[in-house]
Amino acid sequence: MDAISSRRFPALASGLGRVLLPRLFQAGLVAWLVGTLTFVLTRTLPGDMAYRIAAGRYGHDMVNSAAAEAVRAELALDQPALLAYLHWLGDLLRFDLGNSLVSGEPVIHELSHQLGHSLGLALVAVLLSLLLGPPLGLAAGLRPGGWWDRISEGLASLLRALPPFALGLLLILLFSVSLGWLPAAGHGRAAHFVLPALTLALALAAVSSRVARNAMVEVSGSAYYAFSRTKGLGERLSFLRHGLRNAAVPIVAYLGVQFVYLIEGVVVVETLFAWPGIGHALVHAIVARDVPMIQGTALVMGLMFVALNTLVDLLCHGLDPRRRQS
Amino acid sequence: MSATTLFAAGRAGRRRLATRQRLGLGLLGGLLAIAWLTPWLHDADPARQQLARILEWPSLAAPLGTDHLGRDLLARTASALRLSLGMALLSVVSAAVPGILLGVIAGWRGGWVDRVLGSLADACLALPGLLLVLLLVAIAPGNFWALYVGIALVLWIEYFRVVRARTRVLVASPQLEASRLLGFGPGYLFRRHLWPELAPQVLTLAAFGAASAILAMAALGFVSVGLRPPTAELGLMMTELLPYYHEAPWAMAQPILALCLLVLSLNLLAGKDPR
Repeated sequence: MDAISSRRFPALASGLGRVLLPRLFQAGLVAWLVGTLTFVLTRTLPGDMAYRIAAGRYGHDMVNSAAAEAVRAELALDQPALLAYLHWLGDLLRFDLGNSLVSGEPVIHELSHQLGHSLGLALVAVLLSLLLGPPLGLAAGLRPGGWWDRISEGLASLLRALPPFALGLLLILLFSVSLGWLPAAGHGRAAHFVLPALTLALALAAVSSRVARNAMVEVSGSAYYAFSRTKGLGERLSFLRHGLRNAAVPIVAYLGVQFVYLIEGVVVVETLFAWPGIGHALVHAIVARDVPMIQGTALVMGLMFVALNTLVDLLCHGLDPRRRQS
Repeated sequence: MSATTLFAAGRAGRRRLATRQRLGLGLLGGLLAIAWLTPWLHDADPARQQLARILEWPSLAAPLGTDHLGRDLLARTASALRLSLGMALLSVVSAAVPGILLGVIAGWRGGWVDRVLGSLADACLALPGLLLVLLLVAIAPGNFWALYVGIALVLWIEYFRVVRARTRVLVASPQLEASRLLGFGPGYLFRRHLWPELAPQVLTLAAFGAASAILAMAALGFVSVGLRPPTAELGLMMTELLPYYHEAPWAMAQPILALCLLVLSLNLLAGKDPR
């Protein structure tokens, strides 16, 4: 027993580097991409960037050339492009994201506020979608072609055609405006979580239920599943011992693909429900041309995406021993 | 017995898929007809305001009613559909052509070409798609072309990946080897051996890509960082009409319904997800 477990753990750890290294590389790439795009943003905006930002910060009536010069020096707009670019990336490497041009607060400070709200919303949404999607999909996959399979397929197609903002809008109109059960927007109480999380979760569950269904169909048609039944295990036991874990691998792996959707959904859903998170802040920063905030929020969302995917990789690594050898 | 049921199930599956796609095609055809026939049959400018006639019920003069500025909603919805479909077609074509070409090159040549192109694709996909589009849109706000470049830049990767994986298998196949030994050139090999195998998957990807292009544009319009008013755009129309939900629920329903049907028709048309 001991020998097995000691052999098991190196096996678990082996190949971890191959899982983690590409993700680390991706994180670096995200930082470079966001940094470069926002740098291009400061250089290509029409008109005099310094005046524009100064106007955004102090109001259109209060702008004078001294204010503009101060902004110009702060953002290194007076330096040659290449030098300024290296400077920009250097700041990024030291996690010096600058100050928000609208509020004047350090970007890091604002982000640390917002990240918690966004992560909370994303977590609740993913958990809710996992409670909704896979069980319904597994139930459909146990009887492919049955009435439940067809109903859930229809529902999933319909939900996939509704983008998160339209779905959220319909939920608001139904639960807040018509029924008056839940608050339409805002943040603070647990009730505020329901609609935004449900909006994200329904869309995620629509896809994950189909993935779970297909995985279950494949598992229940496999030789090892048939063998588990012929050797005398009941329907429940063979599902629990042989079905669940094998069907879980594609579901978890597909979560990685769904995180793209989650991050995109967070931008839209937070804006719709006035949720004080990163996605909302990104949209506001773009509208207000707040370049340091754009960079900070995009960077954090990109890194969040990479971190979530790393988590999925690690989960798959733990769930599926075949991946460790290959 | 089991063989015949299996065969029947397979056939039923295929037929159901076909009805599904036929349904999608019919729906898409209907939307295309609304989008492009409306300017012929119903003479109204989507931007003309008539402030004496705001939020009117559907009538003969305005078959789908008017919005909060008295603009004709049928003309606006049709114009928004044209914009969405035009964007979808443009971005799908300009994503598919380089995606397929680079995919075939990477799958065929292998080696460093494959590695360089592969890491280029990974680089484009490091950020979630909408985030990349958002950053590009931030550079040129309200610009159709920034939106288009961003969407196409996100979409080409799927074609590239699918085509590369398939080409890799096909290049090693005996039939292609035989054709190559007979002395046929790469153009013939592509047309005769690669394209027939790739086409169904590429078409599926194109339908999904069109749906995601439409959704991305509407999402940006909805959070008001995409195209600017007074452009008639589905996401933008939803935001504009939301405050008037109580007075005119039918007006609010139109862009939502149009977007939902458009995406549904493309999803149905695509059939099974190849990913």
